[in-house]
Amino acid sequence: MIKVIHCTVNGMPKEIAVDEQESLTDMLRQRLGLTSVKKGCEAGECGACTVLIDGVAKNSCIYLAVWADGHEIITVEGIRGKNGLLHPVQQAFVDEAAIQCGFCTPGLVLTGVELVNSGKKYTREELREKISGHLCRCTGYENILNALEKVVGIHS
Amino acid sequence: MGIEKSVKRLDAQQKVTGTAKYVEDLIPVGALYTKVVHSTIANGLVTAIDTSEAEKMPGVELIITCFDVPGTEYVTAGHPLSLDPNHADTKDKLILSRRVLYYGDDVAAVVADTPLHAQLAAEKVKVTYEEYPPMLRPEDAINSGCVMHEFRPTNELARMDFSISPEGDVSWYTGAFSTDDRIAGREDLCGERYRVPAVHACHIENNTCFAYMEGRRMVVYSCNQVPHTLRRNIAEALEMPVGDVRVVKPFIGGGFGNKQDTMYEPLVALASRRLGGRCVAIVLTREETFVNTRTRHGFDMTIAASADAQGNLTRRGIRINSNGGAYAAHTHAVAAYAVTSNFQTYRATEVQVGESSTAYTNLPSAAAMRGYGIPQLNFAMESQMEDVARANGWDPVQFRLQNINEAGFVDPFDKFTVTTCGLRQCIERGVEISDWYRKRAEYDAFNRTSPHLKKGLGMALFSYKIGVYPLQLENGSCRIVMNEDGSAQIQVGCTELGQGSDTVMCQIVSQVTSIPESKLSVCSCQDTDVTPYDNGAYASRQTYISGRGVKLAAEKLYETIVRHAAGVYGLPEKELSLKDEKIMQGDREVCTIAQLCTHMNFVNDQKTATDHITAEATYTAQNICLAYGVSIMDVEVDVPLGKVRIKKVYSLQDSGRILNPQLAKGQMQGGIAMGIGYALGEQMQYDAKTGRPLNNNLLDYKVPTCMDIPDMEIEFVQTYEESGPFGAKGLAEPPLIPQASAIRNAILHATGVGLHELPMNPQRLVHAFREAGLIES
Amino acid sequence: MYDILETFRANSVQEALTLLQAHPGAVVVCGGTDVMIHMKERKLRQATLISIMEVPELQGIRLDGNGDLLIGPGTCFDAIYTDPLARRCVPMLADACNQVGSPQIRHVATIGGNLCNGAVSADSVPSLLALDAELTLTSLQGERVVRAVDFHTGPGQTVLQKDRELLTCIRIRRAAYENHGGMYIKFGQRNAMEISTLGCAVNCAMAPDGTIADFAIAFGVAAPRPIRCPASERMMIGSHPTHALLKKLRRQALSETTPRDSWRASLELRQQLICELAERAARSAIEQAGGTIDD
Repeated sequence: MIKVIHCTVNGMPKEIAVDEQESLTDMLRQRLGLTSVKKGCEAGECGACTVLIDGVAKNSCIYLAVWADGHEIITVEGIRGKNGLLHPVQQAFVDEAAIQCGFCTPGLVLTGVELVNSGKKYTREELREKISGHLCRCTGYENILNALEKVVGIHS
Repeated sequence: MGIEKSVKRLDAQQKVTGTAKYVEDLIPVGALYTKVVHSTIANGLVTAIDTSEAEKMPGVELIITCFDVPGTEYVTAGHPLSLDPNHADTKDKLILSRRVLYYGDDVAAVVADTPLHAQLAAEKVKVTYEEYPPMLRPEDAINSGCVMHEFRPTNELARMDFSISPEGDVSWYTGAFSTDDRIAGREDLCGERYRVPAVHACHIENNTCFAYMEGRRMVVYSCNQVPHTLRRNIAEALEMPVGDVRVVKPFIGGGFGNKQDTMYEPLVALASRRLGGRCVAIVLTREETFVNTRTRHGFDMTIAASADAQGNLTRRGIRINSNGGAYAAHTHAVAAYAVTSNFQTYRATEVQVGESSTAYTNLPSAAAMRGYGIPQLNFAMESQMEDVARANGWDPVQFRLQNINEAGFVDPFDKFTVTTCGLRQCIERGVEISDWYRKRAEYDAFNRTSPHLKKGLGMALFSYKIGVYPLQLENGSCRIVMNEDGSAQIQVGCTELGQGSDTVMCQIVSQVTSIPESKLSVCSCQDTDVTPYDNGAYASRQTYISGRGVKLAAEKLYETIVRHAAGVYGLPEKELSLKDEKIMQGDREVCTIAQLCTHMNFVNDQKTATDHITAEATYTAQNICLAYGVSIMDVEVDVPLGKVRIKKVYSLQDSGRILNPQLAKGQMQGGIAMGIGYALGEQMQYDAKTGRPLNNNLLDYKVPTCMDIPDMEIEFVQTYEESGPFGAKGLAEPPLIPQASAIRNAILHATGVGLHELPMNPQRLVHAFREAGLIES
Repeated sequence: MYDILETFRANSVQEALTLLQAHPGAVVVCGGTDVMIHMKERKLRQATLISIMEVPELQGIRLDGNGDLLIGPGTCFDAIYTDPLARRCVPMLADACNQVGSPQIRHVATIGGNLCNGAVSADSVPSLLALDAELTLTSLQGERVVRAVDFHTGPGQTVLQKDRELLTCIRIRRAAYENHGGMYIKFGQRNAMEISTLGCAVNCAMAPDGTIADFAIAFGVAAPRPIRCPASERMMIGSHPTHALLKKLRRQALSETTPRDSWRASLELRQQLICELAERAARSAIEQAGGTIDD
């Protein structure tokens, strides 16, 4: 059944008709064209579909679109500065070559944004745990950790 | 900028902002979705399919069954066409299978308006089977009498057996399948057995494709590493002219060899044709990607080596029994790569014998995956080198150094001569940076008084052939199109799939022409209608082979620019050169490249013929090289829990000259991580009775997380390989190869227990430690 | 796209119970990280879902007047892990909550869902058993309280009457956590994103004379349901903690479990883990309770 939900997506209030069968991933990709939200497993095991819901990183693949009613969603499309500048996490990913195939990248960037927004600083070991819900098969995680350390590391 | 600089990835901005489009992001609105009906038996025959209920389900547009597909068996391997029938790939695949050969085989397909409708209808398709016992191991299948493919009644897909004389002459023969410990039946080649399971590439993007028709032409979008080969395979499967098929490859979310093969492209193309050219897509689930694409071959290896009193290897032999799965895919190429590599890396003075077999079995098809058979071989080869050294009380480093093949080595099979080999330096430098001798002694002392926590340092080395010459054609083409502002587009058929090849291609053009990377772009979305031919991404060949094609094209472009400048300005061509985007006569600036291009594009003065400057070239390899490397693993073993913690890995590699240090290091890091997964956790598990896959999801299949990967120290030993562009060799596959062996040897150093099977997960370690008496039972 | 017929969102326990009554066969969702997988695996079809994720009464952690710790079943794992009260009173449980799945999962998945799903591998459950938690089950007809140790009846099976009851409160009695030390050890092959191969929780308190005053040991994945080991506990209580006693605990605990052999882990591995985790968790819990382990 179609239901109308109200939520904020990337800062814009939205009224969206969604199918009750849809995951939040489906809604963001197909109804709003936010294809940065990737599908890697649709079981909450790879982290490619991670979005921020009320500022918290969650797997959108196992979260129904109807549950987003009343909540604030951020995808990678919504984190750039108004002038189009990259978010510091994005810039660090570029500088540290933390990107290879790019499929896990948007999700990881959002977890990075969540860490920035926490206002805290993290050790490398803490960062390992914080991103352990994102599988990356290309980078061996090394440069991703380097990028995050640059932005939210204890010595940054 | 140019080469040997850490130029940022061309696509970094797109990928980090989420604007990079992958296949699923490009499926048009209104496309139909396909769900495949997979067999629920591993071996048998479909006797009937009842689609009547499925047809009544909402949204269904088309149901295709195995009784209703073109009868031409086609090739799925992503190899260039071999005109030599001895090396041609095997044609053994139909779009849907009546003869079911693995659990999950494709017997029917439902096309509907949404993925959910397709799935719900697919569940209503009733399939009746005649069932045969599953044959999951080569020894179950070969000569079982239950024929899988009629042209191979023994189920042994292929063999390759040989001996190499001390002079380096190869004698080929056809041996017989065997699993005993005597290689080639010889008493003097009594071997040890090592086994490695099938594993999966686990690229994060699942295999996805869609097809639609434009008039008579079939357009197929796919995340495929070898678009030009895919085009040919689709044409063959659909009985269409190659020129009527157009393949487009957008960004790829990782491939690692698994996206080298043709998967469901023929199916969606067939469905589109049956629906008058409507767009038909298939997006595999993760569970399907595990089972219905390709795996790394499981190998059962028996390996023998003996040495004289001075530590020189005298006799070496290996037998590889490779589990090929249901369809041939790469036929015997992977096992052949492995069995020959054993004799490229180390020498033996008296006897060298290799036997190899690939079997058809009732498992998912195995094919290419990063390292192409060499990680499997390496586990046997480097475990055994360690064990021989240990048994004789020799220093494992010296023993290796004493027996490796180096520059000047003539490959007995392909008869090429190795001209650059940095293996010795890799080992020596690895010993130095890992503080090998001091740490080994320190750990020995520690382990004597620590029963539960053990520390170890282990090593493994490798050699790896880059490209597939001379077995197959190695070529790559490039076209460069200049714009009037002095910028250019580079069109290549070689494919970016995350490894960074587009960026390196730009660097090569920049290096030759002086045009900066900021003014160069690569058409990253390969389109066989636009980009010139290339074999595609495999065998670590992009920089090494395709890079030469790009360099040739850039050199042609250079000549064309200079020739036109000479004509326009009436100057002697041989006095002109390019520097900083300018045409120079000695130190004098003649004009900028931009000025020349503008002139050539738009001048209309009655005497000058305009020319929109382009250059195109194809490089054909007439040579080959080996990359080398070594890995040293520093580990801690929690003996009672069977858990290995890698404290640090030191990995060194000779990949010739490094064209982009930052991206090259990234390739090393990724390869190491994948090698650690192979060592400690990854395996495809199947129910022994039914062949049903058990762990085809990312929870039960143990891809390493960030918390499973250690800090890495990486160095390149840079040689200058004449056959590569600017001295470069291949890079991306090799770092995976030695990791499992190095970990195995580190565990051996720590505990005294040498494992003979992967993965070395807690279960295997606990069993082995119990057997060795390290854990009381 | 999931095979869903209808979804509801309840804003109160009362509303949830009323919806449950009105929609026979409906499934309650509180996080959904398991329910969604069940739908994907086609174990749950044509689903009617009632979300209780945003029911305020089911959220949060607080102390009852008598010092008992009350945990709202709708509290997500990350909230428990970071909650100061939980960290102070039941650090073992808080740490166990941080070992579930991945950070993204812990942001969504709830302790109540973990219990009601009935999984033998549920990471929060051994600690709840060792803390002797009490569970309030509420229906339109009233409430009943069951001990966590009696909650699970088999793989995926609990005493919760899914067609009429909700888990509405998790109570940990003050006496069970005050002056106690606790340790939960999860064993998984990977260091993150794991389903527990085996989990062991020990909760203990020391007497002034250095003997063990209170000792509870619970396992996940060591039997068809999460279990306590009463004979092991009797053996430990009143004893002086020694290495020899811990060795005895290994054998005793093993004798009270019935691990199975599966493709995820062999019987031999699970038996070894039971022994080893029992010893390690007990040692750590005893030390945290202020005890010392003598030779």
